[in-house]
Amino acid sequence: MSSLEAKSLALGYGGSPIFDKLDLRIPEHQITVLIGKNGCGKSTLLRSLARLLKPAGGTVLLDGKDIYTRPTKEIAKHLSILPQGPVAPEGLTVLQLVRQGRYPHQTWLKQWSREDEEAVMRSLAVTGMTELADRPVDALSGGQRQRAWIAMTLAQDTGAILLDEPTTYLDMTHQIEVLELLAELNENERRTIVMVLHDINLACRYAHHIIAVSNGTIYKKGTPSEIMDEQLIRDVFSMECRITMDPVYGSPMCIPIGNRAARTKSETDNPPVPQTLEPAAERKSVYVG
Amino acid sequence: MQNNKLLIRTRFFSFLLERKAVVLTAILLASLFVLTCICAGIGSLWIPPLEVAKTLFGFGDAMSHTILFSYRLPRAAMSIAAGACLAASGALLQSVSRNPLASPDMIGITGGASAAGVAFLVLTGGKFGLVWLSASAIVGAILIAIILFALAYKGGISPLRLVLIGVAIQTAAGSLSSFLIIVSPHYLANQAFNWLTGSVYGSSWNNVIALLPWAGILGFFAWSLARRANVHELGEDVAASLGSRITSERTLLILLSAALAGAAVSQVGPIGFIGLMAPHMARRLVGPSFGALMPVAACLGAMLLLAADTIGRTAFPPNDIPAGVFTAAVGAPFFIYLLLRRRRK
Repeated sequence: MSSLEAKSLALGYGGSPIFDKLDLRIPEHQITVLIGKNGCGKSTLLRSLARLLKPAGGTVLLDGKDIYTRPTKEIAKHLSILPQGPVAPEGLTVLQLVRQGRYPHQTWLKQWSREDEEAVMRSLAVTGMTELADRPVDALSGGQRQRAWIAMTLAQDTGAILLDEPTTYLDMTHQIEVLELLAELNENERRTIVMVLHDINLACRYAHHIIAVSNGTIYKKGTPSEIMDEQLIRDVFSMECRITMDPVYGSPMCIPIGNRAARTKSETDNPPVPQTLEPAAERKSVYVG
Repeated sequence: MQNNKLLIRTRFFSFLLERKAVVLTAILLASLFVLTCICAGIGSLWIPPLEVAKTLFGFGDAMSHTILFSYRLPRAAMSIAAGACLAASGALLQSVSRNPLASPDMIGITGGASAAGVAFLVLTGGKFGLVWLSASAIVGAILIAIILFALAYKGGISPLRLVLIGVAIQTAAGSLSSFLIIVSPHYLANQAFNWLTGSVYGSSWNNVIALLPWAGILGFFAWSLARRANVHELGEDVAASLGSRITSERTLLILLSAALAGAAVSQVGPIGFIGLMAPHMARRLVGPSFGALMPVAACLGAMLLLAADTIGRTAFPPNDIPAGVFTAAVGAPFFIYLLLRRRRK
C-alpha cells in the first residue's frame, strides 16, 4: 500500500507560484512518468510529492495521510526519492552506500538486523551490484553508479519509489539498463514508480501512465497511446513532430521536426512514414499519421 | 563480501563494523601510547620511553615520577585530549557541510571561542576559575557557529560561501580579541595573551580535569550520531528521503562540533589546522564512514598535537614555542595542497 495523492497543491520557489490548486492521483503499482519542458515544474512536482519541498498550500497524501505532518522517518518507510545526480562522498563503498538505505528502519542499537542484511543483499542482487559491493562508488562507471544509488533506494524497501531523471548523464546502453531494471521491479515487486524522464520515446515505452506538465498545470494525463499526439507535443514542448509507432515495442514514437524541416514540410506535403510493421503486443496503433 | 566485516548481533542490538577500521583504531591507540612515552621522555632530562612506561604504571623511581607527573604528563594529556577534540570537531563539520575544507579554525569557530574566552577574562577581571572560562569559550564557539550558518545558509550550505564567510568571521573575532586585550588592565592582558597564543604550556592536571569530561561526553555523543552524520554526507535531498530531519539534525551536529572545538580552545587556546588535517588523513585511511572515521581522526589529532607540542617544547631551548606555530607550519601548506587538488578535479 502506497497510494500517493496531491490535494489542491500550490507550489513555488519564492514569490511566484509554479502550481496552483493541483489535484493529482498517482496510480498504484504502475509506472508513471512526468514529461515536460525544462523548467516546467515537473521536478518541483516530484520533489513535493516526496516532501522535499514544502508546498505553499494544499497537501500530499500518502495512504490517505498528510506527508507534511507525519513523522518523516515513518514516511521514509513507505516512500523514497532518488534526486537528480546524487554524489557519494569520496571513498564510500557500494555496500556502505546501500546500507544507508536502511536508515529509516534502524535504531541506535539495531544497526544491522537480519532484515537489514536481507534487504541490502537483495537490492544488491537485483541491481547486479553484488560483485561490486566493496568498490568505492566514485570509482564506478556512470551506469554502475546509478545502479548503486537505485540499490540504496531499493534497500529502503518502500512501496513507492520516485526518481528524478534517473537516466541523465547516462549513455544509451545504461539508460536502457536502468529503465529495464525499474520496469522489472515494478513487474516483480509491484512497486509504484514515478519518474521524470526527458526522452519522450523511452517514456512512452516504459510508462503505464504519463503526466504531461506544462506551465504549471497538468496538460494531459493517461496511457501513452491515449494521450500522445502531435498536438500534445506542440502544446507542451512548442515543437512540431510526427507521431509514429515504435517498430519493436508498439508504443507511440515521436519524431521531432526542427525549424528548417518544418518550413520545407508544407512544400513536400506529407513525407512517407513507414506503416508496414505489425503493432507489438496489445498496443493500439491509432497514432500513425 | 562480509569477510572484511565484524558482525555483532544479538536479540537486542546489532552492529556491522569494518574490520579494517577496528584494527586501525587499535593500532593508532597503541601508537599513541608509544608516542606519549617517547614525548614525555624528551626534555632537559631525558627519560627513556621504557622508563616512562614503567613510571606510568607505578614502577618508576621517584625522580622520574616527579618530573613526569608534575610537568610532562599533564601537558601530554592535555595535548592528547585537545588534539582529539579538535579532530573530532573537524570531522563532524566536514561531514555535515560536505566540505573537506571546513574545520573549526578555518571558519571562525575557534576564533569565536577565543574571543569569548578573552572577553570573559577581561570583563570578569579574572575572578572566576577555569571551569567558567571553558564554559564561556564553548558558548562563544556555539554562538559563532549559529551566526556562521545563519549567514551561509541559502537553501543549503555551499562550501565556498561557508569558507568565505568563515574567514571573515575568524578575522572579526581575532580583532575583537585584540581589542579586548588592549583595553584591559595589564595583568589581565598578559593572562589573556598567554592563553591566546595557542599553547599547551603550563597545563596542569586541573586543566586536564576541566577538559576531559567535556571531551568524553561530547566525543561519545558525536560518535553515537555516526549514522546521522553519514546520511547527511549523501546530500540534503537523499538525507531527507531517508527520513532525516535535516535542519534539526544539522543544527545538532554543528553545535556539537562547535562545542568540541570550544572545549579544546578553552584550555589550550586557538590551535590551528588539527581539525583540518586529522579528519583528512583519517578519510584516506578508513574512508568517509563516520563511525570509523571519527575515532581514527581523534587518535591522529591527538598524535599530531602531542608531536607538535613536544617539538615546540624541546627544539629551541630555552624558548617554549607554542604548539600552534608548528601545527600551522604543517597545516597551511596542507590546506593549499587541498585547494589545488580540488581545483584540478
